[in-house]
Amino acid sequence: MTNVAPAVPDRHPPLGGGPRRGWYRRNEIAVTPWLFLLPGLLFFAVYVIIPIFQSFQISLYEWNGLGDLSETGEYVGLANYERLLGGDRKFETSFWNNVRWLVLYLLAIPAGLFIALFLNQTVAGIRVYKSLFFFPFVLSQVVVGLVFSWFYLPREGLLNAILAVFGAGPVNILGDPDLATYGIIAAGLWPQTAYCMILYLTGLNAVDPEQVEAARLDGAKGWKMLWYVILPQLRPATFIAFVVTIIGALRSFDFIAVMTNGGPFGSTRVLSFYMFEEALSEFGFRMGYGSAIAVVLFMLMLVFITYFLWQMWSDERAARR
Amino acid sequence: MRSILTALAATTALAGAAHADAHAPALSGTLRIVSDMSNPAPRAVMEELASGFDEMHPDLTVELEVVDREAWKTQIRNTLSANPPDVVNWYAANRMGPYVEAGLFADVSDLWQEEELQDLQAVKGAMTIDDKQWGVPYTYYQWGIYYREDIFDELGLEEPATFEEEKANCQKILDAGKKCYAIGTKFLWTAGGWFDYLNMRTNGFDYHMRLANGEIPWTDEGVAQTFANWRELIDMGAFIDDHQSYSWQEALKFFTDGEATAYLIGNFAVAPMRDAGLTDEQIDFYQFPAINPDVEMGEDAPTDTFHIAAGAQNMDAAKAFLKYVVSPDVQTDINSGEKLGQLPVNAKSSVDADEFLEQGFEMLQNNATGGVAQFFDRDFPAEMASVGMEGLQEFMVFPDNLEDIIARLEEARQRIYE
Repeated sequence: MTNVAPAVPDRHPPLGGGPRRGWYRRNEIAVTPWLFLLPGLLFFAVYVIIPIFQSFQISLYEWNGLGDLSETGEYVGLANYERLLGGDRKFETSFWNNVRWLVLYLLAIPAGLFIALFLNQTVAGIRVYKSLFFFPFVLSQVVVGLVFSWFYLPREGLLNAILAVFGAGPVNILGDPDLATYGIIAAGLWPQTAYCMILYLTGLNAVDPEQVEAARLDGAKGWKMLWYVILPQLRPATFIAFVVTIIGALRSFDFIAVMTNGGPFGSTRVLSFYMFEEALSEFGFRMGYGSAIAVVLFMLMLVFITYFLWQMWSDERAARR
Repeated sequence: MRSILTALAATTALAGAAHADAHAPALSGTLRIVSDMSNPAPRAVMEELASGFDEMHPDLTVELEVVDREAWKTQIRNTLSANPPDVVNWYAANRMGPYVEAGLFADVSDLWQEEELQDLQAVKGAMTIDDKQWGVPYTYYQWGIYYREDIFDELGLEEPATFEEEKANCQKILDAGKKCYAIGTKFLWTAGGWFDYLNMRTNGFDYHMRLANGEIPWTDEGVAQTFANWRELIDMGAFIDDHQSYSWQEALKFFTDGEATAYLIGNFAVAPMRDAGLTDEQIDFYQFPAINPDVEMGEDAPTDTFHIAAGAQNMDAAKAFLKYVVSPDVQTDINSGEKLGQLPVNAKSSVDADEFLEQGFEMLQNNATGGVAQFFDRDFPAEMASVGMEGLQEFMVFPDNLEDIIARLEEARQRIYE
């Protein structure tokens, strides 16, 4: 009876017997995620984080972007900021346009919610309608911008054809410095609404039917049902819609570049477009000034981003309790 | 069999070398060219130039990269500083200033000393900064008023020679329910053309150039007079409505439809006019009429150029290519009607038998005694040009804002030329 196998398999690590395990083997669980993250972190640092600090640095120089900064750039301290914030009319126009974008772009959220509620039904072929409503978001922004600029064309445009039916018009929306920005925002709202709609449609899928049933038994209907039962459950969707819309509004660039190129007479510039114009466009040779604009825009975004991060962090904490 | 082949190869190589020797020292290695001649016709020309030069020099490989013309305007900076090719396309006058100052273009003054380039003296000024030359021109084209000859005949109008006649013509055109001038200012530069001409005709070429160099304030009386002349046309309603929403190509439709009878533009507009179905009997051309009889006529004739990058790897081949491009035969060939359809810069070249090229050449040779300017966005420094053209566009739509516009331009002038 010498060769009896143990009844329970031996799970203890061999004591001193086998070869010692390497450092990586011992720390595998802690190290592997970082190895997978490494390429991403590297790219994020090289293309996002470091350029942010480079912009800070360049914004202190007068530099035309040609050659090396240390050779062809001239250190001017805060002069770029002084000029930017000390009554640069182009900057003021761009700033207020950015504010307009921020406020009006948020209309995409209620509009998206409304369409989502409208489409959240079980009717034959509803998926087709959902896809049709989602379609503008799939299109390239450049294409949307082009289509809208044709829509707005002063004589041949569809908008003026419609207005003519009612005996109104013609209007030249993109040629009027008072209207052009609103015209572009309207074009931007079209795909953004579709985006918010899809966020709410997924949110609505997660709404608890038992709660709705219970509310119905308690006699809740219509607006009350929406406000007290559905909307609170859509809070995560609203938060995400808010984040993407705010950031989308601050980043607005493509529509402006395609539809008006900043015109007429620079009335539709926003900060990102102004930055591009000063630093990178055909006649833009002022890297320093452009960087100063970029820094100001970054600071503005930081306010919102900090708020979003804080909000997310406190939500997480509340959920863990 | 093998020996015959080797012998054949040897003789061909010899013949090739002898051929190259006759022109210049044998060139070897690689010649890298980045070109912005991306439209179909210019692209074909560029490809032909590259392969033609390649064939002349058996030991040399020519590598050509064609970049979209608009994209090149922003790409050139990176290309020149990161990985410079040997030869690039660009534009003359102030437009090449930043690259010259940053030391990215090579000084080619020695090339201009050579005999072959003596026939280009007319455009030497546009290639000169700090008494040195920084490239060679390969083509240029005239600007002027292109008009609908058939509509002028119908209304009994003649080509005007003075501003008074111009305005009288315009009034008749307006009375006939048409607009006098098509223009699309969405991309701003077309408005610069009008300013160039009105200012050169009101104050003269030298005044215009001093304004471009920042020596004259925008608040000057002369500038005010230029705007006053312009305003007369604007107040008449001479320009098409909503031009701030159209590109120059989109505005061309007003001209081809006959809703507007004239277009102040460069000769490059003739091809699209013909493509739109207008015959040469329907379009014609006249020099921008005189306004102030005391000043000589100055003209806009933008020049497109080749430059050598300062970081070029094959300087000899690059210089030889520049010489090749400006030689009389090549100039005649590439500027002909079925190729670029523009004017050759070499005085020994011949101008293609095209109604507009002949008229334009004649005008620039004999009737531009004031001088030849490049264009608003090439004569003025980049930043002044962009601020300026935006102001000009605003003036064309809201002439009442003039005072504010002038103040803005003057503020920019004091900052930019300091």
